[in-house]
Amino acid sequence: MSTVVDSTTAIDIQGLYKSFGQVRVLNGIDLKIAAGEVIAIIGKSGSGKSTLLRCINGLESFDSGQLFVQGQPLQYHNAKAMRTLRQQVGMIFQSFNLFPHLTVGQNIMLAPTLVQGISAQNAKTRALELLRRVGLAEKIDAFPEQLSGGQQQRVAIARALAMSPSVLLCDEITSALDPELVGEVLAVVESLARDGMTLLMVTHEMGFARKVSDRVIFMHQGRVHEQGAPETLFQYPRTPELVQFLSSLTS
Amino acid sequence: MRVALEFFPVLEEWPLLLTGIAWTLLLTAASTFFGLLLGTVCAYLRTQGPEWCRPFIVGYVELIRNTPFIVQLFFIFFALPAAGIRLSAEVASVLAMVINLGAYSADIVRAGIQATPRGQIEAALSLSLTHRQVFTRVVLPPALQRVWPALVSQIIIVMLGSAVCGQISTEELSYAANLIQSRNFRAFEAFIVATVLYLVLSVFVRHFFQWFGRRFVFGASRG
Ligand SMILES: Nc1ncnc2c1ncn2[C@@H]1O[C@H](COP(=O)(O)OP(=O)(O)O)[C@@H](O)[C@H]1O
Ligand SMILES: [Mg+2]
Repeated sequence: MSTVVDSTTAIDIQGLYKSFGQVRVLNGIDLKIAAGEVIAIIGKSGSGKSTLLRCINGLESFDSGQLFVQGQPLQYHNAKAMRTLRQQVGMIFQSFNLFPHLTVGQNIMLAPTLVQGISAQNAKTRALELLRRVGLAEKIDAFPEQLSGGQQQRVAIARALAMSPSVLLCDEITSALDPELVGEVLAVVESLARDGMTLLMVTHEMGFARKVSDRVIFMHQGRVHEQGAPETLFQYPRTPELVQFLSSLTS
Repeated sequence: MRVALEFFPVLEEWPLLLTGIAWTLLLTAASTFFGLLLGTVCAYLRTQGPEWCRPFIVGYVELIRNTPFIVQLFFIFFALPAAGIRLSAEVASVLAMVINLGAYSADIVRAGIQATPRGQIEAALSLSLTHRQVFTRVVLPPALQRVWPALVSQIIIVMLGSAVCGQISTEELSYAANLIQSRNFRAFEAFIVATVLYLVLSVFVRHFFQWFGRRFVFGASRG
């Protein structure tokens, strides 16, 4: 199924462990993700999905193991190295997290001008381009509070894309949306997947995971419990935990 | 008892009153600018600065908040010269007001900073901003917006507190009123005029800073 076996590795995770106090949240994660691969991460609440994503861009530190992004080891305590890494790894959150005091355009232009030193003029041209891509060009001067949740999330995607990341992490990005707004956000994500973006998305939209992803990863108790191509994984789950998880969704 | 109010002898001294108003506004403007700067830096250090500097910030804030302003002023003007630091009355007044407003605003701004949703900071960090950029571009503007009414009230309190600076012969408004009544013995009228002027100044300053905040501090983009 995967057409990316011979392309370069985008993310390489080896033996990742992480505890919060006494609670072990990541319990030895091994995972290799090829450039351009689209990964859906599923699993029960509390199984460590968010923590795994947050480790990949250094919002969370890990206790042991190794994590490489584009071949570079993640150096949690090296602020400069972390910023270089974060330019390659964009993240989109369940709660949008747009900056409320900035317009849509300013939200998107902030990081390119501050971090990459792009001129305001060029940043604005690019912002407009990205907004067109997510279908919100006319909202460039609006404030976040004037937008619907779905529109806010599409702006958040445009904001992440403005840094030209090679990997995009999406943590339940449609979970806070009214059902009728989910589609517009997923359509944008699907177009990114088609364009070859490396995507790691934690999602509860199984239909979407099945349609868009190259590989589905089922997390259970801080481990990659089962993984495979969406057709096989959803139709022929091998572990009782996955069987139970899938049946809990339909009921 | 006969009450005959004679305002003319007081109003006749309008150049003195005008000088007083000018000094009061100047003291307020200078202490607002430097005081809010000091308070913001302290709030930053208190919330995200290195561990070792936090006790110093807490100590400073508590020291100022638990002692009278006039004692702080006298300390700077009368006690510092003993340590070889001699300041003019005006500089001592501004310094005392800056230190005073700095402490109060440090606490106010800190409350605004701590109300920042965690996700805002994480989103900014994910976009590769440095910690300082996160603070100045993402955390601080909404934080100031949240606490701006409290800050403006504190600025007014400091402005009214500047009346004390007349005690070290800074020629602010209350000093002018006192001087006028000592010349013409119209104490009642002189202080009625001063009271009305302080009231007008307070209303004016409050409206000014409400506008100023919207326009320049947190809402620049909204024009
Ligand atoms: N900052 C934190 N401090 C303490 N415990 C945490 C923290 N973040 C997550 N956890 C705990 O780690 C476990 C895994 O959380 P998370 O990665 O968010 O799971 P998921 O995203 O799969 O629901 C949960 O039990 C959660 O309570
Ligand atoms: Mg989660």
